[in-house]
Order: sequence, then structure tokens, then C-alpha cells
Amino acid sequence: MLLEKLTTHLEEVKEYERESVPASRWRGFKSFLGMYAGEHTAGTEFVIGPLFVAHGVGAMDLLFGLLLGNFLAVLSWAFICSPIAVRERVTLYYMLEKICGKHLTNAYNLVNALMFCFLAGSMIAVSATAIGIPFNIPSAKLTDWLPSGLPWILIVAIVGAVTTFVATLGYDKVEKFSTIAAPWMIFVFLAAAIAVLPELGVTSWGNFLQVAQDKIWTGTPLPGQSKFTFWHILFFAWFCNMAMHIGMADMSILRYAKKWTAGFASAGGMYVGHYIAWVASGILYALFLQQNNQNLEFAPGQVAYSAAGITGALCVIVAGWTTANPTIYRAGLALQAIMPQAKTWKITLIVGSITTLAACFPALVMQLLDFVALYGLILMPMGAIIFIDYWLFPRIGLSSNLAELKNLNFNVAALITWLGSLFSCFLIAKTTGLEIFFLGLPGWFLTALLYILSSYFYQKRFSK
Amino acid sequence: MKIAIKIITSIGLLLTIFPSLGVFYEVLSQEENKNFMVIGTILWFGPKIIFKEKLENK
Repeated sequence: MLLEKLTTHLEEVKEYERESVPASRWRGFKSFLGMYAGEHTAGTEFVIGPLFVAHGVGAMDLLFGLLLGNFLAVLSWAFICSPIAVRERVTLYYMLEKICGKHLTNAYNLVNALMFCFLAGSMIAVSATAIGIPFNIPSAKLTDWLPSGLPWILIVAIVGAVTTFVATLGYDKVEKFSTIAAPWMIFVFLAAAIAVLPELGVTSWGNFLQVAQDKIWTGTPLPGQSKFTFWHILFFAWFCNMAMHIGMADMSILRYAKKWTAGFASAGGMYVGHYIAWVASGILYALFLQQNNQNLEFAPGQVAYSAAGITGALCVIVAGWTTANPTIYRAGLALQAIMPQAKTWKITLIVGSITTLAACFPALVMQLLDFVALYGLILMPMGAIIFIDYWLFPRIGLSSNLAELKNLNFNVAALITWLGSLFSCFLIAKTTGLEIFFLGLPGWFLTALLYILSSYFYQKRFSK
Repeated sequence: MKIAIKIITSIGLLLTIFPSLGVFYEVLSQEENKNFMVIGTILWFGPKIIFKEKLENK
């Protein structure tokens, strides 16, 4: 009965998946500002900030790296993703279908869904660390990959089951709750960090930088962690959402914008979630390390609880849950594009199960920085393909939207480009030792070059 | 009614952040701050959830 009601409701929702968004549905800059601020203040922020501390970044490197890296991310949204989004006003998936063909778009959807599952898995794991506090479940260490024991698996299974169940019912209500929770979460992040500053030795705003250098971002990594520099921070901040801006996934959102300048609204998410929240969670973790004699155990729930009490733990649960839920839902939608006949709730159930299984492994949280970088890198080539196809091809005499034009299910040039660019990035990493955080930049130019060359030869066969 | 809810929720949000400044300036203890944060959380979410439909209808 409930499912029938929801299905009817979902069928009534018009999302303009295969047509341009009409002017009556366009939205102004402000609505994007709030949306970005809420979306980028998530459970993962409780992990990323502390991992920067664990990787021994220096205070000035962090503060300036984040400032510049986030600025570059905002520019990427504004100048790469937004202009095409407001000119075409279609979803990324429809755009890909026109360029790459249905089958290749399905392959993209499958990879995307899998990545969403892992991302949601990390958020469930973050929530579980807070829910596990009353049960004294042993925390995983920064170097751990496997579950710490049965109690941890049980907690994750319960959190995963509840999250999946709610996601199965659609995400309207969760979205509304997220909107209510967003400003509160940001304030809790800030308040928790400000309140623990005296315990770290900050007695006035004037000596904050000195204490930050001596006790928070000390420049010395924890045992077993690699050393992060200014460049790591800059490139991570720029590319952690690479799938969204350079990878064009946010075309689906920004197509509702009145003007392309709505891309600048991403600054709301970058400077609130990816600056204030990362700095704040780093401060909390530094205190946790100080209080626990540099213990390598890492549980975001415990860190927030010791700094802000019940509110801190609740914030971790809410932040993890409100972002895991839509992520599972999105993964379900991506999979449903491949299997349109399957029931939405059944697909969401499958996705939720994969997500929960992934969440059992602490490696997903401990290696979150690498995973986020990999996630962006894998999906980025499709964004580069769209960019080149849209702006460059008409100017150099090549056909845009080839799959639509020639009624193709598979644009071989796009496939060669996607796989070729990923293989090239892998080779660069292997031969030069360049870390994954930096591969996006050469990867984009390689993708562009590969797509132009492969399309030049591939499109010749159609002109004969 | 709507104005009253707005005032209460705003007080809730302020109670979440301002006591932390009290801790920083050594006017409040960490425990007091944590209690204020809980009260602030209840005042922020309580009315928003209880009067959700009323707020949406208006």
C-alpha cells in the first residue's frame, strides 16, 4: 500500500530526464548556494579533516592549500560544468547517450553506481562509529583494513539496514530533513572546534596560528602515514569532487539554473564544508590524539563525542545518514537506467546490501582520501569527452553528438578514450611515482588529446 | 505561530554556537557548553519536526 502510494508519487515527479528543463522550473543563485553548502557538509568531512592531520600536513600548507584548491574547484564548476549545463539543460546521462551511445552510458552508470555504493558505505561506517559509542566497540586503527570483530559488523549491518530501508521509500523526506539539519551541522562543527581550542593551548585568537603549527597540523605524519604537502591539499581540495565539476555530473543539477554563473554558488559548499568543516574536524582530531597519547585508533563518532558530547555524536550520525541516504538512492537510479524494468525498491535493496557490505571494512574510511581521488579520476574522462565534443568538435570539423547523429549504441572513440586515459594515468603513476591526487590534471589533457585523435579516425568511416 | 517557531529555532541555533565562545573566553565550562548544545539541538529540531506540516502549509 505504502509502496504503491510512493510509486505513484514518484511517477508523478517530472525530472525532465530526456528534455530541456523549461524556464518555469529554473532557479536562482541563492537556492544553489544553500544546496551546495548542505551537500558538502557530510559525514565524510569528519574523516577528511582528521586524515589531513594524520598525514602530517603543515598548518600554513593546509590553510592556503584549501583556500586555493577550493577556489579552483569553484572555477571548475563555474567555467567547465555550468555553461554546458545551462545551454543544454539536460542530464549528464542524456548528454552521454547522445555522444557515447546507450551501451557505453550504461557502462558509465554501472561504474558510477558502484562508486556511489562505496561512498555511501564510508558514510554508514562513519555513522556507525557514533552509534557504537554506548557499546564500547573497539575502534579501528588508521592502518586497519578488515573489520575489528562481530560487534562492529552488527552495528554496521543495523545502520546499513535502516538507511537502505529509508532509501527504499524514496528520499523526499530525508532531503527535507537534510535541509533542516544543514545549518545545525555546520554550527556544531564550528562550536566543537572553538570549544576545544583552549585545551590545545589557544588562549587568544592571536596565538591560534602558533598552536596550529605546534599541536594540530604539525607537519609530522603519524606512523604508517605518508607525508602531505601544500600540493596534496591543493589538488585534493580541487579534485575530490572532480566527478561533479570536471566530470560534469552536476550538469544534472545546474541545468535548473537561470544563469551559468550559478556555478559560482559551489563556493557555498567549498568554503563551508570543505574549508570550515575540514579545519574544524582536524582540530577535534588533534585534541583526540593529544588526549590519547597519539593512539592510532580512529573513530569519528568518538572524536566528536569527546569534543561536543551527545550533540557531537548526533551530528556524526545525522551527517553520515543524510548523505548516505541520497547516495544510495542515486546509486539505485544509476543502476535502474541499465535495468529499467526492475522495481526501484528492489534495486535500492541490492545497492544497500553492497553498500553495507563495503561499510564493514574500515579500509573504506581509513583510505577515504585515495578512494575519493580514484572516484573522481575514473569518472573524469567522460566529462572531458563532453567538454571537447561540445566546444571543440564543431570548430575543427568533427561531428558532435555522434551517437545521436549516426544512431549508434556504442561510440568506439569514446570507449578508447575512457579506457586509454585511465591506462595512461596508471602508467604515469607507475613510471613517475606520481600520487593519485595529482593524476587528474595530466589525465584531463590526455583524455582530450585521445578523444580528438580517436574521433578523427573513427568519424572517417562514417564520412565514406 | 510561524514567528514564534522562528524565534525558538533561532535561539536553538544560537545556543549551539555561542556557548562555545564562552568556553573559549573561560566564562563557561566544557560540560556546560555540551549541555547548552543539547538544549540548542532540541530547540532547533523539535519545533521544525513537530510543526513541520504547519510550516509547510503556510
